[in-house]
Amino acid sequence: MGLSNSIIRQNYIIPADDFSLAGEASSSVKKMLNQLGVPPKTVKRVSIAMYEAEINAVIHAGGGTADVAIDKEKVLITINDEGPGIPDVELAMKEGFSTAPDSVREMGFGAGMGLPNIKRYADKLDIKTEVGKGTRVQITVLL
Amino acid sequence: MNEYFHSVTLDEEKCKGCTNCIKRCPTEAIRVRKGKARIIAERCIDCGECIRVCPYRAKKAITDPLEIIKNYKYKVAIPAPTIYGQFRAARSTNHLLTAFKLLGFDHVYEVAKAAEIVSNATRELMKKNNFRKPLISSACPAVVRLIQVRFPSLIDNILKLESPMELAARIVKDELVKNENMRIEDIGVFFITPCAAKVTSIKAPYESEKSCVDGAISIKDIYLKLLNALGEVKEEAEEQLVKSGFEGIRWASSGGESLALGTDNFLAVDGIHNVISILEELENDKLKDVDFIETLACQGGCLGGALTVENLYVAKTRIKKFIDMAKKNSVEDNSANIYEYDLLWTRNVEHKPIMQLDDDFEVAMQKLETLRTISEDLPGLDCGACGAPNCKALAEDIVRGNANETDCVFKLREKVRALTIQMMEIESMMPPVLDKDDKNSDKTDKKDKY
Repeated sequence: MGLSNSIIRQNYIIPADDFSLAGEASSSVKKMLNQLGVPPKTVKRVSIAMYEAEINAVIHAGGGTADVAIDKEKVLITINDEGPGIPDVELAMKEGFSTAPDSVREMGFGAGMGLPNIKRYADKLDIKTEVGKGTRVQITVLL
Repeated sequence: MNEYFHSVTLDEEKCKGCTNCIKRCPTEAIRVRKGKARIIAERCIDCGECIRVCPYRAKKAITDPLEIIKNYKYKVAIPAPTIYGQFRAARSTNHLLTAFKLLGFDHVYEVAKAAEIVSNATRELMKKNNFRKPLISSACPAVVRLIQVRFPSLIDNILKLESPMELAARIVKDELVKNENMRIEDIGVFFITPCAAKVTSIKAPYESEKSCVDGAISIKDIYLKLLNALGEVKEEAEEQLVKSGFEGIRWASSGGESLALGTDNFLAVDGIHNVISILEELENDKLKDVDFIETLACQGGCLGGALTVENLYVAKTRIKKFIDMAKKNSVEDNSANIYEYDLLWTRNVEHKPIMQLDDDFEVAMQKLETLRTISEDLPGLDCGACGAPNCKALAEDIVRGNANETDCVFKLREKVRALTIQMMEIESMMPPVLDKDDKNSDKTDKKDKY
């Protein structure tokens, strides 16, 4: 049927400052992966990594977009935002580092686990960021 | 008993084929076909939500009738802790337990007592600190089955210890065989159940080959008999049957199991839809700071079970009396240490992938693509008239080959409309030999010329 290079694509808008909607995109991806019969442990890795990236975009960048592409080999998630950018990516990758405001931390978010957690669950993590312009986080999880 | 035995079943005659149950089912396990609700066996977790919401009482739980106890020489009742909240007329635990004897039971052993032993074992397990945090309680079999079908990544978090019901049955049988020299096949142990999920656990257990319990009788089926018996048992005739303490009795309510663990670092959630929200948070790694999660499918915990009689909130007040009594008269009891049972499950629960569209990844991809196209095309009103709980579920059913697009009344109307327009168009066309209308157009003129 010539399906070997078929790709499923899905785009989401990550709303700004709305915690009640944050996580909807990763939930929807989780459902698709379950429908495809991806092993539970892999589904969990994808959904946690994507969830963290989504929350990051909500907390730090006033929302953004998430583009998901699934093919036979991998899930590729690209989260784009036009937020403040990350001045020091290396520092942001450290466990416990956080620039989230107190109000956000009180809700249990922004404990500085975001990027390291994404890295832990992703097979590949690529961050392109420019201060004042925005950030692109690209997560790859192999299937 | 086969793998897909379910206690929850349909009363064909009473079912009107409405949308109440299909919309509330947490695993989207019900479809209406030919005017009747059909339960999809692989998806049903026996939570009993449909029994609760059916306005026509068409959903029921298969339980055993009281007469079943006659099949055994020696009959033992093991009532769920929920029983203590059911009767205003019960003076004390002993009063209530003695009443069971008037129903034909030879012996009564409280599941609440076994619950305390399970609590001890859980505490020990948590002390060792080599478990996957947080532990998810396995007290509610509907939740364990929910995890199997919807949250497979959490299977490793399940507390894999025998349930108080199973342990109670084991203890009773062992004691009778050892102390009374009875033959095990002569002993019949019957769980007095507040819910359908436990019945399924007895008939088709997931944690072992075979249950130690010989039958399940619902609280509502013996309620009246027990109520009458309570009236007959005089205070001086009460037997000393109570063994449980307040911690065991408290298991009947949401939070009871957790409170017995001696840690504040727990979360107790009840009501199947609330349980789903918490399990979703857990899947997103959001509750790593919690040690223990108590998850009960029924609102309020087992006191809110679909096979109970007393209103949940009334029952909560009633059971308080028994908890207080147990606190006051706490029997010095070391039996928890006497029983050296290995409570670990003898087999693990497996993932039951109900969501998967196809075994072949590429075919599944194609089906998913089709599903999304169909989904976008459906009205999104989730009316349920097609027999599926919502438009997405219908799209899934279509892709799986279990439904048609025209099952959607709106789609059907569109089709009828398109067909009508087409028919009107065809109707206005006339074969030339029959077209005798003079007033008609230049076509006629042309023909006249020939």
